[in-house]
Amino acid sequence: MSHYLNIDYLDMTFATPRGPLNVLNNVNLKVQKGDFVSIIGHSGCGKSTVLNIVAGLLRATTGGVLLEEREVVEPGPERAVVFQNHSLLPWMTVYENVRLAVDKVRRGAPRAERDAWTLENLERVHMTHAKDQYPGEISGGMKQRVGIARALAMEPKVLLMDEPFGALDALTRAHLQDEVMKLQSELGNTVLMVTHDVDEAVLLSDRIVMMTNGPAATIGEVLEIDLPKPRERLVMADNAQYNHYRAEVLRFLHERHKNPESEAA
Amino acid sequence: MSTNYADMQLVGVKRENDKDAEGRTEPTVGRETKPAERIDTAGADPTAHDDRFEVMADMFQRWIPVLVLPLITFGLLLGGWTWLQSTVSPDLPTPVQVWDEAVFLLGDPFYDHGPNDMGIGWQVLYSLGRVLTGFGLAALVGIPLGLMMGASLSMRRALGPVVQLLRPVSPLAWLPLGLLVFEAVNPSAIFVIFITSIWPILINTAAGVQAIPRDYTNVSQVLRLGRLEAARKILIPATMPYILTGMRLALGIAWMVIVAAEMLTGGVGIGFFIWDEWNNLNVASIIVSIFVIGLVGIALDGGVALIKKRFDYAPA
Ligand SMILES: Nc1ncnc2c1ncn2[C@@H]1O[C@H](COP(=O)(O)OP(=O)(O)O)[C@@H](O)[C@H]1O
Ligand SMILES: [Mg+2]
Repeated sequence: MSHYLNIDYLDMTFATPRGPLNVLNNVNLKVQKGDFVSIIGHSGCGKSTVLNIVAGLLRATTGGVLLEEREVVEPGPERAVVFQNHSLLPWMTVYENVRLAVDKVRRGAPRAERDAWTLENLERVHMTHAKDQYPGEISGGMKQRVGIARALAMEPKVLLMDEPFGALDALTRAHLQDEVMKLQSELGNTVLMVTHDVDEAVLLSDRIVMMTNGPAATIGEVLEIDLPKPRERLVMADNAQYNHYRAEVLRFLHERHKNPESEAA
Repeated sequence: MSTNYADMQLVGVKRENDKDAEGRTEPTVGRETKPAERIDTAGADPTAHDDRFEVMADMFQRWIPVLVLPLITFGLLLGGWTWLQSTVSPDLPTPVQVWDEAVFLLGDPFYDHGPNDMGIGWQVLYSLGRVLTGFGLAALVGIPLGLMMGASLSMRRALGPVVQLLRPVSPLAWLPLGLLVFEAVNPSAIFVIFITSIWPILINTAAGVQAIPRDYTNVSQVLRLGRLEAARKILIPATMPYILTGMRLALGIAWMVIVAAEMLTGGVGIGFFIWDEWNNLNVASIIVSIFVIGLVGIALDGGVALIKKRFDYAPA
């Protein structure tokens, strides 16, 4: 049966100076429309590689990705990416960064409409006040918000996020997680997010995909998070079910698939 | 091939982390205005009265290195010169003679008594005209070519070895070819400046394109920007600081080379002016010209630095 997003039999081997490096081995994943799916795993296992293949920025060695039954062969705005390091263009203002995307996806729309859509998306992430500032002048959390606004403005079929909050301090991260939860419940985006933060994964996801360690990493386990939404961070802290899920993920990561670096130590 | 190219980049290429160091050496003007600003704010502060002495002492300490040290160097230079003139080399004009000559030359820089007798202002302007023409042409050719070289491995492979071979050649070696082809001295001098300027511009532009972070090209790909759009919105703005560094280097070298080129080609221009004054044994005039050339060089460099500032972006 065909799902909204099909990731089928992905194999990825990079050619490196020290010979071929088999990073992914037979990665299969189905995502339903409106799902929030997290990919979790130790650093270097190949999470970003999976995401970049879905984005079309990398071509899998074998296997492929189908989105609404169409094969992904190149990057495109219907698979917008929020990168870990925000990747805003530093010579453009916050507004111009979002507008660049709007001009592309709403090509042909009247100028006023494109302006309104840019502002609407900046408002969604509460960044209207900084619209004329440059990325170099705003904080890391604000940059990430703008990155999210830019991605949302593309109205993607799948929103791809690669450790979107990885570089932020704990408080800012929690704040942005809450906002992403809120936005997702309002807009019903289909989201594929890479993370290595267990709480983030359990709090935000409908499903957590746990990857084994590389090389030749694959999907070890999939955990359905059956918690009602919206989820409140503080309520969840005392929720037995939440803590059970949390423990499941931790067990996977720290018992069954230990961090290769800590094992070596 | 690729390693060769990496070697080539070493020349005159500014890496990201060099920028700060460079930025600090640029605006001497900006640095000198700082003490004044400090006094202003201190004056607005009601408690500042007690601190006035301290502020003045502070200002004094800041100005000592900025003003006094260069003055000492200058004094030593004058002293050495006078000593040299009075002992080993009596043919050298004295500082006073040079000063008189400067007053004479700069008093009426734009007189025009026919092509063989024009004021030093005209000489400088003619040279500047040649430099800016050759430099402008080099930018017109070098920037697009550099962008293509940076963006395409095939272009790098095609052009890299040629650029490498020609870059170390003194631009003056091209002068006879210019004379042969153009059969006139003025276009030949411009041609020499073109050759001088093209390498730094070309190499820095190409290096700038290659230094574009993967993030920016990812954005361009996800947005499916077309070739032209990607060039206009991402490639060129991202490369701009490198392009301008290349242009700054090019202009600096071009201003040096024009003097030598004009000595060979003759005509109106500061280079031939110096040569002519040498034939007249007017050494004082030559020394004045050296200072004038230096000052114009500073102005040119400052001009490009200003433009560069406008296009530099704070790394996000
Ligand atoms: N372009 C590439 N060439 C060679 N090896 C790569 C490339 N991209 C990633 N890798 C390797 O693939 C592995 C997985 O990388 P990545 O997907 O970034 O891991 P993660 O995002 O889980 O930390 C790492 O060992 C990395 O060194
Ligand atoms: Mg990663």
